[in-house]
Amino acid sequence: MRLITAVIKPFKLDDVKAALEQFGVKGMTVSEASGYGRQRGHTEVYRGAEYQVDLVPKVRLEVLAEEEDADDVIDVIVKAAQTGKIGDGKVWSVPVDTVIRVRTGERGPEAL
Amino acid sequence: MKIDSGSTAWMLISTALVLLMTPGLAFFYGGMTRAKSVLNMMMMSFVSIITVTITWVLFGYSLAFDPVDGEGFLNKIVGGLDNIGLMGVNEVAYNDTFPMMVFSAFQLTFAIITVALISGAIADRAKFGAWVVFSIVWASIVYFPVAHWVWGGGWLTELGIEDFAGGTVVHINAGAAALALALVLGKRAGWRKEPMRPHNLTLVLLGAGLLWFGWFGFNAGSELAADGTAGLAFMNTQIATAVAAGAWLVVEKFRDGHATSLGAASGAVAGLVAITPACGFVDPWAAMAIGLLAGIACAYAVGLKYKLGYDDSLDVVGVHLVGGVIGAVALGFVAAYPFLDGQNKGVLYGGGWTQLGLQVLGPVAVGAYSFIVTFILGKIIDKVMGFRITAEDEVAGIDITTHAETGYDLGTFHASGVASPNGPVAAPAGKKVDA
Repeated sequence: MRLITAVIKPFKLDDVKAALEQFGVKGMTVSEASGYGRQRGHTEVYRGAEYQVDLVPKVRLEVLAEEEDADDVIDVIVKAAQTGKIGDGKVWSVPVDTVIRVRTGERGPEAL
Repeated sequence: MKIDSGSTAWMLISTALVLLMTPGLAFFYGGMTRAKSVLNMMMMSFVSIITVTITWVLFGYSLAFDPVDGEGFLNKIVGGLDNIGLMGVNEVAYNDTFPMMVFSAFQLTFAIITVALISGAIADRAKFGAWVVFSIVWASIVYFPVAHWVWGGGWLTELGIEDFAGGTVVHINAGAAALALALVLGKRAGWRKEPMRPHNLTLVLLGAGLLWFGWFGFNAGSELAADGTAGLAFMNTQIATAVAAGAWLVVEKFRDGHATSLGAASGAVAGLVAITPACGFVDPWAAMAIGLLAGIACAYAVGLKYKLGYDDSLDVVGVHLVGGVIGAVALGFVAAYPFLDGQNKGVLYGGGWTQLGLQVLGPVAVGAYSFIVTFILGKIIDKVMGFRITAEDEVAGIDITTHAETGYDLGTFHASGVASPNGPVAAPAGKKVDA
């Protein structure tokens, strides 16, 4: 199993969610995040005083997938989240040892 | 008691309008602080309503408006004590127009907002108890005498200074005091290193809207009658405010690249401040000119603190002191309708240079008096009880450390913990709420 984490532009969340549902992903966890990559932040001006805002609002989306689906899920996310402009975000995946469904105690792929 | 019911109705309404400006100011200022200080910022305005009302009833009205020993020397400086506890005010009319009690209530609301205005200079870091003491003493030794000088028959009234609704008494006075307090308290922790952006600009715009609305009572009400001059003051207020807000936005667009909501709110307030002394004295074209000048000048003046290195947190100096001076001095050029003995038309209306001299003297005298007395008072309070909260409390946030509250409960984890469903539990002796 793999944990796929995507940090994307907040306004792309609905597109990504819809694409994942269509692909057959049954659940996900979404949280608000802040960060920057190569685009750095942006500048805000209040009464003429400039503030460099380093951390830009992002959405962090986490999906668990079976090993053989992982690459497809990543492709779905990347395709749906892409605008082609700077600041689109990142997607990565890591191996997962154990997954347990809290309600039933099922372990492994059945718990996904 | 002979009164005019139309004017009485207008003055009752104006009084309520001006009182609303102080909660409006609380929103205007509260939105500009960081989220961790919003409640304390708003509380400094609200508590001014409490302290100044009590002080006003006890002796403030008397010190400001009781004409002590007629034309004597003492009356040039301060009022008498015949009206302490508002004695002798009931059943008397102001100028056969409306009840003196309404005049007293109307003037009270001016005293309240003048004190509240100062608090913008000391956001995030003032001890609440020290602010309460300051508000009482400052009103007593600065506001009441200055109101007497300009409006109560004191020395500036005698000379013929023109201040229709309080550009000098309220805004220059508060602006100079704000500068002094900012210097006494020093800079906020992290000033110019950490970003201190306004946490809620919608509150700022709400506050600006309430101020704009209430200011019609402030300016048109200051005619102290429902008549033609009140109408002129009303329209001039609208003109200068709209023009100043527009001017500030244009400056921002060309200087910074974007026209901002904070700029619109700030420009509106700058225009309101600048037209305050002039609103009943000038023609509409002059209101436009004053608004234009104030919008441009204040948009630049708010940057001065960074060059000069004082932390006037919410720009009381850049908006109220600078805007107030612009309005006061402009009258020396464009005053068209002087109405009291000693008041003259401005230079452009053939009145000569006399009035311009007075319009410079007023702000200098009031500004200097307010600055010096406030600085000394601030230092004394700092010595006796401490004016500033501890550095740790300031970093943690003055709302939680001073008031044991937070302005917003947006997170899902914050509300967890243990409540006492049967109501407040008496804290064990000696134990304070650990915020």
